[in-house]
Amino acid sequence: MKSESAPTRERPIIPASNPGRIGESRPRADGVPKVKGEFEYSSDLWMDGMLWGATLRSPHPHANIWSIDATEAEGMPGVHAVLTHEDVPGRKVYGMEVPDQPVLAWEHVRYEGEPIAIVAADHPETARRALEKIAVDYEVLDPVTDPEEALKEDTPKLHLSGNVLKEVHIKHGDVNATAEVVVSGEYEIGMQDQAFLGPESGMAVPDGRGGVDLYISTQWLHIDRDQIAESLDLPPEDVRLTLSGVGGAFGGREDLSMQLHSCMLALDTGRPVKMMYNREESFYGHVHRHPCKMEYEHGADKEGNLVYVNARLVFDGGAYASSSNAVCLNAGTFACGPYNVPNAKIDSFMLYTNNPPCGAMRGFGAVQVCFAHETQMDKLAKELGMNPLELRIKNAMKPGDKFPFGQTVPEPAPVAEILERVKNMPMPEEEEIMGRDLRRLPGGVSNVTHGEGVKRGVGYAVGYKNIGFSAGFDDYSTASITLSVEDGEPLIRVHTAAAEVGQGGITLQAQISRTELGVEKVAVLPADTRIGSAGSTSASRQSYVTGGAVKMACEAVKEKVFEKVREEFGENGELSMEDGGVSAGDRRIVSLADLLDGDEIEETVVYRHKPTYPLDENGQGDAHFQFAFAAHRAVVEVDEELGLVRVVEIATAQDVGKVMNPQSLEGQIQGGVAQGLGLALLEEIQMKDGKVQNASFTDYLLPTIFDMPPVRMEVLELADPDAPYGLKGVGEPPTISSTPAIVAALRDATGRELNRVPVKPERLAGIEEEPVRRAPQPGSCGPVAERSES
Amino acid sequence: MEFLQPDNLREAFEMRASHPGAAPICGGTDIMVELNFDHRRPEYVLDLTRVPELAEWSRENGGFRVGAGVSYTRIIEELGESLPGLAMASRTVGSPQIRNRGTVGGNLGTASPAGDGLPPLYASDAEVEVASLEGTRRIPVAEFITGPKRNALGDGELITAFHIPEADGPQQYSKIGTRNAMVIAVCAFGLALHPEKGKVGACIGSAAPTPVRTKEAEEFIEGVISESDLWQTRREISGSALRRFGDMVEMSAKPISDVRGTAAYRTRAVGVLARRTLSWAWDEYRGGSR
Ligand SMILES: Cc1cc2nc3c(=O)[nH]c(=O)nc-3n(C[C@H](O)[C@H](O)[C@H](O)COP(=O)(O)OP(=O)(O)OC[C@H]3O[C@@H](n4cnc5c(N)ncnc54)[C@H](O)[C@@H]3O)c2cc1C
Repeated sequence: MKSESAPTRERPIIPASNPGRIGESRPRADGVPKVKGEFEYSSDLWMDGMLWGATLRSPHPHANIWSIDATEAEGMPGVHAVLTHEDVPGRKVYGMEVPDQPVLAWEHVRYEGEPIAIVAADHPETARRALEKIAVDYEVLDPVTDPEEALKEDTPKLHLSGNVLKEVHIKHGDVNATAEVVVSGEYEIGMQDQAFLGPESGMAVPDGRGGVDLYISTQWLHIDRDQIAESLDLPPEDVRLTLSGVGGAFGGREDLSMQLHSCMLALDTGRPVKMMYNREESFYGHVHRHPCKMEYEHGADKEGNLVYVNARLVFDGGAYASSSNAVCLNAGTFACGPYNVPNAKIDSFMLYTNNPPCGAMRGFGAVQVCFAHETQMDKLAKELGMNPLELRIKNAMKPGDKFPFGQTVPEPAPVAEILERVKNMPMPEEEEIMGRDLRRLPGGVSNVTHGEGVKRGVGYAVGYKNIGFSAGFDDYSTASITLSVEDGEPLIRVHTAAAEVGQGGITLQAQISRTELGVEKVAVLPADTRIGSAGSTSASRQSYVTGGAVKMACEAVKEKVFEKVREEFGENGELSMEDGGVSAGDRRIVSLADLLDGDEIEETVVYRHKPTYPLDENGQGDAHFQFAFAAHRAVVEVDEELGLVRVVEIATAQDVGKVMNPQSLEGQIQGGVAQGLGLALLEEIQMKDGKVQNASFTDYLLPTIFDMPPVRMEVLELADPDAPYGLKGVGEPPTISSTPAIVAALRDATGRELNRVPVKPERLAGIEEEPVRRAPQPGSCGPVAERSES
Repeated sequence: MEFLQPDNLREAFEMRASHPGAAPICGGTDIMVELNFDHRRPEYVLDLTRVPELAEWSRENGGFRVGAGVSYTRIIEELGESLPGLAMASRTVGSPQIRNRGTVGGNLGTASPAGDGLPPLYASDAEVEVASLEGTRRIPVAEFITGPKRNALGDGELITAFHIPEADGPQQYSKIGTRNAMVIAVCAFGLALHPEKGKVGACIGSAAPTPVRTKEAEEFIEGVISESDLWQTRREISGSALRRFGDMVEMSAKPISDVRGTAAYRTRAVGVLARRTLSWAWDEYRGGSR
């Protein structure tokens, strides 16, 4: 068993034990402890005298609240506080883009699981029982669960502002363009969950002077802090956040969950308060990927050159805004895919409904449209009698082309090149189907086929997405580098507020610092709000933006060192830092130990990428600053009769600008593909009348190691001239086009139209809704009518 | 919640009698989930993992007596040769961790229609042994399971073992889940051939409120086999007879639609499994020594 540990902001500095510079594979410091169960997650935090918080949630997706009576709960022994909306000291709502979400509900609840009251008690079980004693008088209302319904005039308005949360309209070229060859289709994507393995948890500790310290799993400390301070009515400096061990994020930790609640309880009781969701509560405790319905029409000439794309996207934003505005914009801008499309008309709608709030998840709007535009490209290829890959290569966007949103495609944009790569990668070996090891057949050891009904298929897809925050957002990161000498050895301390959520950011910061300053010993300090914001660990942006900040801070420190050398040694030539000292060419001038002589050099910098601009009323503008591209080829085997699947292999080519850490990169690609595979085949929060039907890992199925195939990868390093080291964000692209590639392969194997993901076995096997009953024929083994096998 | 830890069977019966409502726990892979989800709050938990008698198996005339506390892993490793159908089913259960802890006794205790341990017991006409301070009863498994998550266990009783004949012919187990491991059955099918007796035993899992024997389909295929003397000649069963067997198995399924699959899919899929498993078992019979 691991020992539970008290939180501390002052941790001993443990220099990372794995020296390494950029470009080298270095195992992460947190890897082995995680595998051994020794890693300290935020759910392991412990303090003497702490209380446990718990949350009362609405069982109804839509209701009026007439009263909340907590008297009985308050009187229970062991219960220290029961708080409702009346106890929120400051702003009663929060939200990253639009503050529309109640800290605790009053008058209305708009989704199943919405928090209404919070309890602190000396035992988690006591807290749970107290929740049962809170009487809430609901008037249950019909939920609005269909976004198309929400869009209609006469549908009840869920918010004062109406049901349309955001709309983006992109008009590009001639919106009335016509073409010789036209294909259209309707596509749908289910609600995927980030399914991070460490549920929401953290601990709030009152400081005795009205302020609070929060130890927390999050993706962005400062946006949490600002929202918490606002609702607690405290100055930001009285709300201090320290990142605790994060068990995955994938976008699901951008919004507040238990942060504010635990702080309210801690300030009310004067005691540390720990909150920890279980898996079921976690499904209600964070936003999900937006379900979306998409109508598409593609027009092309007879040679297969795209003439136009028209698309109408309808997103289910759920009950509150979260980051839906940005998802709506992203989806609109990427709706046509990485192709040169001369004319386009895109209408992207984001609706409020009484479904769970949806927000950020890996791929952020690009995932939904990629499934649709790639299916359309396959349809178009079929209509034209062309090879689907050749059609894609023919239309691939190139630097200098215009995106549908008016921006010029920057260098590098190797769309044709990555498609060529996946085309030319060797195919997995054909293997005799009959008589294989069960683990290499659909269904695995469940023993459903020994090869009967198994068909192979191959599919391709390509996708792209912006890196970082766009459309005029002031997107920056802050880093501090301190160079000192400890025990005769130079040491770098790196401090940022960048959240390590499992992506390997800490290792990367150390690698950059070593590379820049030629010092082996690097300590990356805990991320907290004592330093300026690093922005969110999302949008594949931290390597670029915080990486850029760390590099810039190192350069500032280096400049200070060189100044000192120039002053003290009269050097005027080119200087470099290597092996813990300063050199001019091959000539060592001085060691850092001698140069610093007990002093420290500290530099704090703020790094910004180049500015972006909002879209105008026609959806035009230089909205994004970097684009990342990946292509996927999927080989699948389908049991046609049962609709079960084995993904044989995924091959991918991705441009990453610069490989910073090969092992981390491989991990991102593997993990991203797994998440894309999950969306293609398994992962969906099933909703019925606004209620979640499968809030557990028993029925929300994630891919296992048996479902995940080997990934063949080719990585391109085409430097982005604006980016630190030329790097591009890598986290999201693997998730975007892996899903449509798998579905294309399923279509290739079965010939079925598959317009919705995840693809269920029912759909894949073509089994209709109603049970098929055939009357038994008389006679023991008399003639039996042949029936088709499918 | 209090934890009772008997060291032997007698003590277990006494504690069970003196603490009505105490929940037995063996591998804990079902009951711990229920406790975690707060679906159940028993006052007492009766830990059976220290009762040596429950973790034993032995041969008895023509078959085996397998203690309720023998894990799936042990069934696979120690009884895989003699009880191939049950071993195949055991291999489909959960993950290695679950198979190390989980037991057929627990599967019978839970009595879920999706329990993978159950169809092989039905297909081989196994009996469940239950006992208390009052004495011991043997109940055919199909009578022991009385409904979804319901069984015939009496108040003071514990499941002590099941009795199952040794395989006298090829056996199969086949299970559909949406992913390729660690999944609750969408539907399943167990099959046992008994060449000596001229019998075929078959059972559908997870497509009705309890596992169901498929009597008509069994009789149909027994008729096909004996009519053409196939037990002796070991010639092929015709494709149309295999399909017909599948169709008749479909007729026995009474599934519902839920988050795991539609009724239509379950119905059709058990038919496919029936046809395929029969063809595999028959192929084995034709080529094999049994
Ligand atoms: C991750 C996971 C995956 C799973 N996958 C599968 C699967 O693929 N297939 C499947 O069939 N099941 C699966 N299960 C369910 C479970 O593992 C099985 O039902 C298993 O057989 C239960 O055995 P156990 O010994 O752990 O039972 P326990 O949890 O100890 O007990 C189960 C029930 O039986 C009662 N009980 C246990 N022993 C006795 C006894 N001797 N006398 C009287 N009552 C008793 C208990 O009181 C309880 O009600 C899974 C469970 C988990 C957690």
